[in-house]
Amino acid sequence: MFLRNLFSTDHKVIGLLYGFTSLFFLLVGFVLVVIMRWQLAFPGRIAPETYNGLGAMHGTIMVFLGVVPLAVGAFGNYIVPLQIGAPDMAFPRINLASYWFYAVGGVIMLASFFAPGGGPMSGWTSYPPLADFAPSGQTFWLFGMLCLIFSSLLGALNFIATIVQLRAPGLTWFRLPFFVWAQFITAFLLLLAFPALQAAAVLQGMDRLAHTSFFLPSGLVVSGERLTGAGDGNVLMWQHLFWFLAHPEVYVLVLPAMGIIAEVITTNIRKPLWGYRLMVYALFVLGFLSFIVWAHHMFLTGMGTTISAFFQATTMIISIPSVVILSALILALYGGSIRFNTPMLFALAFMPMFGIGGLTGLPLGLAATDIPLHDTNYVVGHFHYLVAPGTIFALFAGIYHWFPKITGRFMNETLGKIHFAGSLVAMNLIFFPMLIQGLAGVNRRLWDGGASYQLAQPLLFLNTMMSHAAFLLGFFQLFFIVNLFMSMRRGRVADTNPWHATTLEWATPTPPLAHGNFELAPRAYRNPYEYSVPGAATDFTPQNMA
Amino acid sequence: MDALPYTTEVRPDTGLTNPKLGIWLFLASEVMLFGSLFSAYALLRTGAPFWPDQSATLSVPLATLNTVILISSSVTMVMAWAGAASGNLTRYRLFMGLTLLGGALFLVVKAIEYSEKFSHGLYPSTNNFLALYFTLTGLHAIHVIAGMVVNAYLLGPGTRMWTRDHLRFTNRVEIAGIYWHFVDVVWIFLFPVLYLL
Repeated sequence: MFLRNLFSTDHKVIGLLYGFTSLFFLLVGFVLVVIMRWQLAFPGRIAPETYNGLGAMHGTIMVFLGVVPLAVGAFGNYIVPLQIGAPDMAFPRINLASYWFYAVGGVIMLASFFAPGGGPMSGWTSYPPLADFAPSGQTFWLFGMLCLIFSSLLGALNFIATIVQLRAPGLTWFRLPFFVWAQFITAFLLLLAFPALQAAAVLQGMDRLAHTSFFLPSGLVVSGERLTGAGDGNVLMWQHLFWFLAHPEVYVLVLPAMGIIAEVITTNIRKPLWGYRLMVYALFVLGFLSFIVWAHHMFLTGMGTTISAFFQATTMIISIPSVVILSALILALYGGSIRFNTPMLFALAFMPMFGIGGLTGLPLGLAATDIPLHDTNYVVGHFHYLVAPGTIFALFAGIYHWFPKITGRFMNETLGKIHFAGSLVAMNLIFFPMLIQGLAGVNRRLWDGGASYQLAQPLLFLNTMMSHAAFLLGFFQLFFIVNLFMSMRRGRVADTNPWHATTLEWATPTPPLAHGNFELAPRAYRNPYEYSVPGAATDFTPQNMA
Repeated sequence: MDALPYTTEVRPDTGLTNPKLGIWLFLASEVMLFGSLFSAYALLRTGAPFWPDQSATLSVPLATLNTVILISSSVTMVMAWAGAASGNLTRYRLFMGLTLLGGALFLVVKAIEYSEKFSHGLYPSTNNFLALYFTLTGLHAIHVIAGMVVNAYLLGPGTRMWTRDHLRFTNRVEIAGIYWHFVDVVWIFLFPVLYLL
């Protein structure tokens, strides 16, 4: 039974495999950062090399093995075919292959900890030239990354083909739920941006294994030794190729989250989304612009003011569609009849938290203000506001929201609300002080948390506080873990459409049928969010209602 | 499972079958992969104080021969598809076999070129041009091998589908052909960039 599930081609089983694996990796990544925070609060516990390794793997695991596979692999796989009324993904076996490449990539990444000489310690960005000379764990990182890239490539083409080809009759493009649109644009980002890192990983692998000099300039001196070798390489080439992937990757983290939030909000305010089409157009603009903003990560590299001017202009422009989507979500609340259940609480918290993350990003997008802030804790605070109380809150909202469809039972509301309130407070206590430390100039990669720097002395007390908050955050996740497993067996029983929602996933039996999802092939007759239609019998009119 | 719509028949409003769309998306991603590597070539070459004479370092005659072989195998691939589409199994087998042979010949010539370089002490670590040469042609050769694996499957065990679901089999040959042509096109870019420019 267990083995059969591991090799099932049913999108729901694969979605759950992705879900549990990525939740496991989120836990691993969190444990790594808890060890780091322990060191930062009480310096001297672990060696500097170990600290660097923990930092590199925390970033890699959280982004590539935790959040993206949960947002795309799990939610996308489980929900997209249901929402478009399809029996499965377009390529069920490729879907399974995608999961297995992900799992193998994850195992290689974990194995890198035990590589001779130590795990990867060049940061999640793996900048050369240091990454070229790092211990053999870095080679594991490169091979693991190639597996993950291939996995997401197979997943991405599958999502696009599914959404283009398998929409139910009557489900025209502008009747698609916003979540499906978000996954559609995300898939294009994965499909077209990841190959740049694939190329870069091949080149760095050649540098490490075949002793080429792609990223090694002539006359380079490392640890007092002048390097022999061909030379004439270009260090910035890695940064360009890496960020060509990694900036769209930011939107891969954010867009599915926005999709989930849109679904949760519209269901729980009993109103259609405000400006649905505008939001979809904003997604297109975001997707396109995300390919031409990458070098705003490189203002400090000396690539030249002309290039900086171009990239700061595109970076300022890309904030417009993000603000459009967030504003539309906030405007949707106006006049709504809001249900304050757990998923909605997470969704409501997402908006201001994501807002802080976005607004703190503006000074980083302008070259003049980025130069003093670059590589400080301010940057860490900024993107953690986007990803932790932003994206991860959205993923929690999604889990609480779709759990009744997947298992036929509700998650416990009391435990859910404790989980929510505790996480919200703890996350702000962790990330807000980072902004303060960063503005004072504390560098982000200091092993002792700044203890050896004069400028950091007045702010060192924040390190202890942030670390205690991180332990607290871990404590409140226990409520989630207990709730998740307990509710599977003992939760209050839910019927097929417990939230009285309109989109097609709620038209399936609960749980959806093992192969084929629907009892009868559905047909869509109306727009996705027809809540509180005047004159209708109920306050929701499902899409499949003639 | 086979209830999945549009695996062989065309969806009217998009004009596509699922596999046809899938392979084009896959190739879009491949274009980005090779595009990134060609960009690396341009960046390293424009930034280099000295660049070796490419056509003197590499063998243009062998590469020309390989170009002819690979383009011919693309032609035989189309003829294999035509054979399958017209229901002529012998014709299909002949041309698919020739396509496989073309791929194998290409790899043999490539191996001769590589060993010639190694015997002259020219390695990827020698200079950035050779590093790019070995990386780009090596990655291309992996793509050739992958295509040959697919073609060999369609020539051997894959033909079981010939009678069971002939339309789907023909479509598979067409999809494999689209990929094979792409591998050919990549070489058509690699040849002038690495050997002639």
